[in-house]
Parts: sequence; C-alpha cells; structure tokens
Amino acid sequence: MSPGTAPATEVAADERIARVGLARRLLIRPELGAVVGAVLVFAFFAAQSPVFRSPAGVANWLDPAATLGIMAVAVALLMIGGEFDLSAGVLTGTSGLILVTLATRFGLNVWLAMLAGLAVALAVGFANGLIVTRTRLPSFIVTLGTFLMLQGVNLGVTKAITGTVQVGGLRRADGYDGASTLLAGTIDVGGTSFRVAILWWLLVTAVATWVLMRSRAGNWIFAVGGDERAARAVGVPAARTKIALFMTTAFAAWLVGSILALRYTSVQANIGIGQEFIYIIAAVIGGCLLTGGYGSAVGAAIGAVIFGMADKGIVFLGWDADWFKFFLGAMLLLATLANRLVRRYAEEVRR
Amino acid sequence: MILETRGIGKRFGSVLALREVSMGVAAGEVLCVLGDNGAGKSTLIKILSGVHQHDTGALLVDGEEVRLSSPRDALDRGIATVYQDLAMIPLMSVWRNFFLGSEPRKGLAFDVARARRVAREELRAMGIDIRDVDQPVGTLSGGERQSVAIARAVHFGARVLILDEPTSALGVKQAGVVLRYIARARDRGLAVIFITHNPHHAHPVGDRFLLLNRGAGMGEYAKADITAQELTALMSGGAELEELAHELRRE
Ligand SMILES: Nc1ncnc2c1ncn2[C@@H]1O[C@H](COP(=O)(O)OP(=O)(O)OP(=O)(O)O)[C@@H](O)[C@H]1O
Ligand SMILES: [Mg+2]
Repeated sequence: MSPGTAPATEVAADERIARVGLARRLLIRPELGAVVGAVLVFAFFAAQSPVFRSPAGVANWLDPAATLGIMAVAVALLMIGGEFDLSAGVLTGTSGLILVTLATRFGLNVWLAMLAGLAVALAVGFANGLIVTRTRLPSFIVTLGTFLMLQGVNLGVTKAITGTVQVGGLRRADGYDGASTLLAGTIDVGGTSFRVAILWWLLVTAVATWVLMRSRAGNWIFAVGGDERAARAVGVPAARTKIALFMTTAFAAWLVGSILALRYTSVQANIGIGQEFIYIIAAVIGGCLLTGGYGSAVGAAIGAVIFGMADKGIVFLGWDADWFKFFLGAMLLLATLANRLVRRYAEEVRR
Repeated sequence: MILETRGIGKRFGSVLALREVSMGVAAGEVLCVLGDNGAGKSTLIKILSGVHQHDTGALLVDGEEVRLSSPRDALDRGIATVYQDLAMIPLMSVWRNFFLGSEPRKGLAFDVARARRVAREELRAMGIDIRDVDQPVGTLSGGERQSVAIARAVHFGARVLILDEPTSALGVKQAGVVLRYIARARDRGLAVIFITHNPHHAHPVGDRFLLLNRGAGMGEYAKADITAQELTALMSGGAELEELAHELRRE
C-alpha cells in the first residue's frame, strides 16, 4: 500500500491497522519472553516440589530475586540507553565494605556510613559515565577498567585495615537497628515472613517503569540507546542522560550492597565479582537488546524472578547446585534467540 | 526575505568549499538549490542551519545580520533542517520520535496522551496517512519517514524548512509524496529551501532555482525563466551533455 493514497479513506486506514494484528502488538512487547519463561520455570519446579509452591517457599525464592532484581532493573535502563556496566557487581561490594568499615572501625553512625557509601558509589557511576561520554570508548572496556580497579581496592584496603579479607561486627554499630529494619528486615504476610528487600525491588521496578514509559527522560533513554547521533541532533542531552544512567546503576549497587551488609553484618572483600554478568543476563532475558534502544524494566524484574526460582528450586529438588550454571546458559541462549526474532518482527519492513 | 545570504563564503583549510554565494527565500516560497556532487550544497545549508559558521559575506535573518552559533540557535530562530539521515530512531514509535527532544509535559511527566494525539493530528493536517502512530519508525517507508520529519519541523514552529536531498534515495512514487508535503509546507506559509541534484524533482515544486558549481553560485532563476530541460543542461554544462549523447550514440 502506497502512502500516497489520499487520506480520505479513513476506513481503509483502519483496515490496515487491523492487519498489523493484536498478536504482533503483544509479541513486540519486550517482556513477553520473560513472562512465558517465568510461567514455565514456575510450573516446572512447583509440579515437583510442594515446598517450592508454599508461601514459605515463595518467600524463599523471592529473596534472591529481589536483590538481583534491583540491579537487573537498573542495568536494564542502562542497556536500553546503549551502555554496559561491568563494575556494577563489584560496586555492591565496595558500598557494603565502606558501610561496615566506617561503622565498625571508625565509629561512624550506620546512617552516616551508608551516606558515605552512597557518595562513593555515585562518584564511581559519575566517573564511568563521564569517561564513556567524553572519550566515546565502548563502556564495556571503560567499566572493565573500573571493575578491575574496584576489585583491587576492595581487597587491598580491606586487607590493610583488618588484616583479613572480610570486615564484620556491624550489629554493634550505632544506628544499626533502624537501618536494618528499613533495608534488611522482614515483614509478615499471612503468617509467612518476607524480606523487606522485596518491597524495595518492587518500588525500584515501579519507578524505573514510570521513568521509562512516562517521563521525558525515558524518551531520551530509548533515543540515546537507539541512535545517539540522531538523538543529539534533535536536542536530546545525550551525555547527561548516559551519565545519569551510570549513576542510577551505581545507586542500585549501593542499595543492594547496603541491604546485604546489614543483613549479614559482615562483608567479604571479593563479594559481587561475577554478578555483573548475571544482571546483564537477567536484563536480556527481560527483553533488552544488547545493541540498546529496546527493553523493559518489568522484563528485567521478571528475569530476576526466573533466576530466583531456579536458584532455590534446584536446591528444593535436591539437585547439585552446579546445574544452576547450566540453566543460566540455557536461559540466556533462549532469550537472545527470542529477542532476535522480536527485533526482526518490530523492524520488519512492511508489505 | 526571511533568510538571506550576501556573498557568503566558507573554507576548510585550503579547500574553498563555498565562494560568494548570494541567495534569499521568503515565506510561502520554495527555493531549490541545485548542483553536482561536491558543488557546495551541503556546506551552504550547514551554514544556514548553524552547523558551520561562514568566513566571509553576510547571513541575514529577517533582514538583520546574524551569526548562527549552533543548530539550537538556528532552531530558536525558526530555521529547521531535515537532514539526509533524518535524525529519527528506528526502534521508537512515531509519536515518541515526533516529540523527541521537545516532549510536552504534564507536571513532572511526559504527557503521553497529548503527544499521541497531537502527532496523529499534525500528520493528518499535513495529509500524511500513517496507519498507527504507535508503530516503530523503522517500519515506515523512506518517503513516510521524510514526511514525518517534515511534519515535525512544521509543528515545532519552523518558519524556514531546509531539506537536504530528501528525495535522493526514493523511488519515483515516494519522491512524489515528499514533493507533495513540500508544497503543503509552502502553502502553510513556510519558506522552504530544497536541496537536490535532480532538476526533475526541483522544477515542479520550486519557485526559484539557485545553481551551484564548484562552490560558486551560477545565478538564480525564477520558474518562469527556465524549463526543466534548461536546468538540466545548465547543471551539467550543456556542451558536456551533448558530447556524452554523441559518445553514447549507436554507430
Ligand atoms: N568538513 C570539511 N572539511 C574539508 N572539506 C570539506 C568539508 N565539508 C565539505 N568539504 C568540501 O567542500 C566541497 C563541497 O562539499 P559539499 O558537501 O557542500 O557538496 P555537496 O554539493 O553537498 O555534494 P553532494 O551532492 O555530494 O552532497 C567538497 O569539495 C568537499 O570535499
Ligand atoms: Mg550533500
């Protein structure tokens, strides 16, 4: 159908919309694959393990989904904006280490120590963003650099201060109780106790979705990831948008790092290493394209649920935990293949 | 004249890309800039749209001499440019692209409902028949995409619309569609500067024609004074073309 046909034929126009079809509309929703995957994985484990489908079981697998999910959602925004952050996992460790070290070795109030951790995390995110936008180097390389540097700092500083590779004893610090209730506590729902981190995760997902779909910044995020030069040409502040995205990821790393530090009251200096890929995988399962410009926050959150279910489900079934890695790889492969189809659908030249 | 140049020139190092070019365009008028590859067409419009600054001569907006410091500066004066590569994001929907960089707000939020509605209305007002403003721009045809870019510029208050070879990559029918929107923008009172190296696209829609050759103006012609054939001959150097015809003739 040529676009030259007169606009008088309103009825014909409607017919053409109908031909695009509801099915395709649904199919090009980025989170579709993740929803289907989550239903299948849930059905698989729930069918074999009564514990898995009990409220206590659900609370159990929602917990890892929550901490991973907070990161996956932030990483998804960054990926939609066309960048990666390999330093995100280690930064959770850095934030936690700063919190525990300042609170236990330097006598700082827990809240202040958390604030210090936040400042450092945001500074790292800002640096990542600034270097990437100024130099136009691939963020994969830039954040690989920060990843290695942070890894070194985490271990080096921890060893220098404590003589070991961990810091602990947060429970005795000033302000621990309040902070712990807020970030690491539990809440009772119908007799089952759920981690409060789940609420944080839902909040982060809701805010991210709103920003992405209903704010100007969301439009800019899609645009800088889709075609940065074109976005710039119409006046989108591309550099600012990207720096803000790196700082958002850093903020999420601080939140998760603090949650984990308060929960376990101690932090290993090597924590978070290797997690960065899991965040990316969850985001990809949630429908993010590796090439940027497409994806969803809800999808990434559901991707995290799939991980939570598999992580705990494998234990409930009494399988060896090594199978988790196999599962990880299989999910990633399936998701990438599905995304490729979706993208082809979305971009398919009509006629 | 909304936009005018007087003996304008631009050099890149030792390359004299543009020398002593004078032109002007008034509201409701289409000026076609024609010239062979490397004639300086893109250089001229980059000066007009604030991407480059001129070295010699004068640039006048509303009769006042100015220097455009950036594309944003040009936009603020109502000079909008649709580039060959369009500045649209293929994976984003038509309405998101339409308002990209100038999103309407409602409180803190991006007023999505209004953006959808206005995009649909503006496209319709330009006579652009898009099935669905929710479809990704990547699924539009080349001509439709150009049309959306034109409609966007018109909506955001452009008084001067500069189009850099909007028809060069299009088939005959699609080019016709774009030419129609150029005419419609003109009818809405915009001044249009239309760059092309195809006289057959320029002649039907243009009111005046500026010919460039090797960076220099070869004169401005009103439509009444010149036919498409004469334009073609002027552009390529009539003698050269005859020689070519001679060469290609069967023995
Ligand atoms: N940034 C630059 N640096 C150096 N030389 C340049 C630059 N931009 C243009 N030129 C030169 O100026 C001359 C005019 O180029 P311009 O792009 O304006 O031509 P054009 O008429 O748009 O050609 P085309 O039809 O191929 O688009 C060319 O010789 C080109 O090589
Ligand atoms: Mg050119």
